Amino acid sequence: MAQQVVNLLATILLIIAFAMLSQRRVLSLIRLFAWQGLALSVSTAIVAYSTGQTHLWASAAVTLVLKVIVLPIVLHKLIDQLNVRWDVETLINVPTTMLVGIGLAIFAFALATPISEMAGTVTRSTLGIALASVLLSFLMMIVRRKAIPQVIGFLAMENGLFFAATSATYGMPLVVELGIALDVLVGTFVFGIFFFHIRETFDSLDIRHMETLKED
Amino acid sequence: MEIISVLGIPLAGAIVLAGLGHRPYAPEVNAAFSLATLAASALLVTRVISTGPMTAFDEQFFVDPFNVFLVALTALVGFTTALFSRPYMRVEEEHGRVTSVRLRLYHAAYQLFMFTMLVTLLTNNLGILWVAMEGATLSTVLLVSLYRTPASIEAAWKYFILCGVGIAQALFGTILLYFAAEKVLGGGTVSLLWTHLYDVRQELEPTVLSIAFVFLLVGYGTKVGLVPLHNWLPDAHAEGPTPISAVLSGLLLNVALYAVIRSKVLVDGALGTRFSGQLMMGFGLLSVVVAALFLSRQRDIKRLFAYSSVEHMGIITFAFGMGGAVAAFAGLLHMTVHSLTKSAIFFTVGHAAQKTGTQNMADIRGLMERNPTIGWGLALGSLAILGVPPFGVFTSEFMILTTAMHEHSWATPFLLFALGIAFAAVFSKVQPMVFGESTARPLPHQPALLPVFVHLALVLMLGLYIPPYLEQWYRQAAALIG
Repeated sequence: MAQQVVNLLATILLIIAFAMLSQRRVLSLIRLFAWQGLALSVSTAIVAYSTGQTHLWASAAVTLVLKVIVLPIVLHKLIDQLNVRWDVETLINVPTTMLVGIGLAIFAFALATPISEMAGTVTRSTLGIALASVLLSFLMMIVRRKAIPQVIGFLAMENGLFFAATSATYGMPLVVELGIALDVLVGTFVFGIFFFHIRETFDSLDIRHMETLKED
Repeated sequence: MEIISVLGIPLAGAIVLAGLGHRPYAPEVNAAFSLATLAASALLVTRVISTGPMTAFDEQFFVDPFNVFLVALTALVGFTTALFSRPYMRVEEEHGRVTSVRLRLYHAAYQLFMFTMLVTLLTNNLGILWVAMEGATLSTVLLVSLYRTPASIEAAWKYFILCGVGIAQALFGTILLYFAAEKVLGGGTVSLLWTHLYDVRQELEPTVLSIAFVFLLVGYGTKVGLVPLHNWLPDAHAEGPTPISAVLSGLLLNVALYAVIRSKVLVDGALGTRFSGQLMMGFGLLSVVVAALFLSRQRDIKRLFAYSSVEHMGIITFAFGMGGAVAAFAGLLHMTVHSLTKSAIFFTVGHAAQKTGTQNMADIRGLMERNPTIGWGLALGSLAILGVPPFGVFTSEFMILTTAMHEHSWATPFLLFALGIAFAAVFSKVQPMVFGESTARPLPHQPALLPVFVHLALVLMLGLYIPPYLEQWYRQAAALIG
């Protein structure tokens, strides 16, 4: 039973990763990110409940607070202050991106199969999904031309990694998870500071302006 | 106890310097904290010499022959860079390139950066190693963009995104490692402790570890600056303040490589094949050749030496990839001498760029005429990094080349070709900067050139004579790396 629910949540995670890839509106991206965090947190809690690993409760709570509440609020504040709340990005070649995404997902499953077979955890079949969502977020960072979607891609990648940690193992030791959470939090603040610097300097959050440093 | 002070002093320094705000004496406070860190690490070294390797705090931290000399090196270069940074940042402030608010950030982040690197080196926990490595990126990213010029912001963004993505791959590798270890050691923190993993390395699942190593190598390799993951490195070095270029090149690259090698030891034990070594040789050789080809095309003096760092990290990665006692010994020696030489070069480059008001090599001329010490520093430093005897770089490159000839003769032409190109490129660019008509102007603060000559003297010494305990550490560490 627990395994089926976790599988369902894993699927939701992967669908959200695909949805992010094609989402044009910044506001919707943040909402998707929050939902992804929620799916992650619930699945961690279910694994904690069904296996009795107490430290997973803590990491589920950390995920809930950080990724469903704190980071979305910070991102909302940021887009308000930067006045980009209603920004819509023009994405080129969405179908191609999706196809590449599907290719990445297949690759992830192929890579994860031999590892999953060794996993004794209730969640072992989800390792491929975790790796796929990491790679999809990676793809999103590559194709996006604006700073905020890139950062959301970065944070979504962290979600995928976190899911990998709960699906392959029963989560990393708590001290490590707290360290990772701290890095994510500090990283988001640094990103926030950066947005203002970029806007001040380039008058836009479009990173196409930042392609002057090249080898000639 | 010694470990607490080595880690606690820079952390306290960061807090004090952030709390203090920018004061006229902040550069001295920064240097004082760095000196205290150096003293603490000297105590740690004497302790290790007298009692041997040790662990602390429930085995969360450890010191062995492999990391002890890197800790000492990091603390030393951290201190000399702080000395160099005193007059350098004062001049930058008077030229109006930094404000006092940014100097506060600069000094606090400098100590924080030292702290994260020392944690990376001393921790026994591979998860904490990852966290600290990410912390090192976070603490330096705002330093790269300290001048707030469009180019520096672009460089910092690139640094942040590329290293962030890279380090995420390393986290996935760490998760896989933990997954394999859990089967053998059971769950909990103990399965991430390197010393325990080392004891059971032959029982770890080979398939999982080989996949994990690919992720770890790509992840930490991004920070080492291995081609094709090196894109951030020249930009970050060229656009940030020079003291940061010096510590990035001299220290951070070493620390990232240290993480790769720690992983390699475990993977080699599990696989019993040369898989990891071959990957590292491939990446290393590619980095050496590509970086050497890029050297001759550079116009910016800091980019030139940044590419030289890529080349040297490639040589070191190649050496560890070959494996064997001699190559690993040479790799460790090369890590040491490259770090000392490259930071010395950046010190002189920083002063030269300030004196001439440009980083464009075509406009830097005749350093020897106005500033013989800067001229000599740059000339000697360049000769040392190019592997001219009797400097230490020659010794290590010679050992690496001879091992390559014996064991992997196919690689030797590539190495010789790259070293030759690098020599021609760097020498032909440095020579006119040092000699000829001068374009330099006087500066309000005397440059700190003592660190340059201390570093070069150490590199010279390591070329002629390696102190017995250092040699012993190198030997033991080389046996460990294998």
